[in-house]
Amino acid sequence: MFAFDFMRHAFVASTFIALTCGIIGVFVVARELSFLTHMLSEIGFAGASFAAFASISPLVGMLAFTLTSSALISGLSVEKARRESTISAVSSLFIGSGILFLALANKSSKYATQILFGSIIGISLQGVWQLVILSLVVLLTIWIVFRPLMFDSFDPVGAKANGVRTQLISVIFLILLAVSVSVGAQIVGSMLVFILMTIPASTAKALGRSIKQLLLISVATALLGVWLGIWLAYITNWPATFFIAVIEVAFYLVALLIQRQRA
Amino acid sequence: MTAIITAENLTMHFGDKDVFDQLNFEIRSGEKISLIGHNGVGKSTLVKLIIGLLKPTSGMIKRHEVNSRKIRIGYVPQFRNIDADAPLSIASFVALNIGSSWHPWLTKSEKSKVAAVLEQTHLKELKDRPLALASGGERQRAYLAQALLANPDLLILDEATASMDVDAKQEIMTLVDQIVTDQKMTLLFVSHDLELTKQYTDRYFLLAEQKISTGSSKQIDAETLKGVEV
Ligand SMILES: Nc1ncnc2c1ncn2[C@@H]1O[C@H](COP(=O)(O)OP(=O)(O)O)[C@@H](O)[C@H]1O
Ligand SMILES: [Mg+2]
Repeated sequence: MFAFDFMRHAFVASTFIALTCGIIGVFVVARELSFLTHMLSEIGFAGASFAAFASISPLVGMLAFTLTSSALISGLSVEKARRESTISAVSSLFIGSGILFLALANKSSKYATQILFGSIIGISLQGVWQLVILSLVVLLTIWIVFRPLMFDSFDPVGAKANGVRTQLISVIFLILLAVSVSVGAQIVGSMLVFILMTIPASTAKALGRSIKQLLLISVATALLGVWLGIWLAYITNWPATFFIAVIEVAFYLVALLIQRQRA
Repeated sequence: MTAIITAENLTMHFGDKDVFDQLNFEIRSGEKISLIGHNGVGKSTLVKLIIGLLKPTSGMIKRHEVNSRKIRIGYVPQFRNIDADAPLSIASFVALNIGSSWHPWLTKSEKSKVAAVLEQTHLKELKDRPLALASGGERQRAYLAQALLANPDLLILDEATASMDVDAKQEIMTLVDQIVTDQKMTLLFVSHDLELTKQYTDRYFLLAEQKISTGSSKQIDAETLKGVEV
């Protein structure tokens, strides 16, 4: 299958996305930010629709929207944001305006499907480079802030007590989350970026006994999911996103069974 | 003895709530001090001001230099919220406080530092046990070890012995006393337990009615505290 350019592109891009989402996801789950990830993926949809309307690249539109809202959210405390029912109202607003932008842009419904559900098989070489570079920036930043991020994510009270600049760490993490959501949405679509960001990490949480194991399991299941998903899409001509979702959920269910057996 | 912490007219309000007004006190190097007062009087708030986690409404709190560098404070907070299923062994929990570096992994010397505090707090044999499975006393020792990893000049324990049985209380306080004495640290011990404060500290701070008072720990009795419920 690697005889085709588009398959090689899909493979490289999905590898980097799985790596990024697998690692970020561990911290998303530890910091209980799943709800925010979901909202950011909806905001990403609105951003991509706006991009169609404004005739700019969808990735730029997504980044602009998700980064702006991350900045706004970091103003509120995350605790507060979680409780506020305004979150779902805000999400609805973004979905609504996304649909409006699409209509105004006069794009076919195919474009909307592509934003929402991904177009893993249709990525250009330039798109691949863009994704690889953004993923590397995210991964490198995590590498640098790894210790304080880990402290703050797994023992927030202790981190604060020991002088970790938790506010700064939260802002940096929200920015990384926004970038990763936008990058991931390029492959699995903004509705399903949520899956790669939360399910492999939840699988890892059920199985892993140290932070190292968590990262390894999360990355491994994310990678297996996207690789298998692309291969199955190639031989069946069904959407890769469908297979990726099913595989990740299957891993998660198996992990839950193992966890129950252990207990 | 030289002062390491000085409060001048330290005042703290939360909105309308007047926690305390115009406190003046000093903590000197090598002292063992207890901070007592009834629930909700502002003990934890005062500790957070000393550390710099909160900014005072007015007045100031000064953290002096020790050996011409910034003072290092080890602080064991009153409340933690660590997930019951957090993937942390006792050793990896303690190591969280190893300090920053551009690389995630621990170097050889960092590992031996962690091993040393685990030994010091009698956690060496338990180091691979999940924190979630540790007993109350073991957990407190892990919190203590984490704070000790930063090599503090001043150690602050906020209600570290609350909800422990008598034996466990004595055990951890003996350990704290030994470490603080050996390493010439200063101790601020926040507690409800008048027996422990008498036994393990030299001087008390009493917070009551927005004011602070002090005296020798030997004098702590119902009379000194005159109707103040502790
Ligand atoms: N962040 C805060 N915002 C508002 N009120 C607070 C805050 N922290 C503490 N308080 C109030 O200040 C008072 C002192 O609290 P605290 O320092 O925790 O008391 P203690 O540790 O002596 O039990 C309490 O009435 C508490 O409700
Ligand atoms: Mg308190």
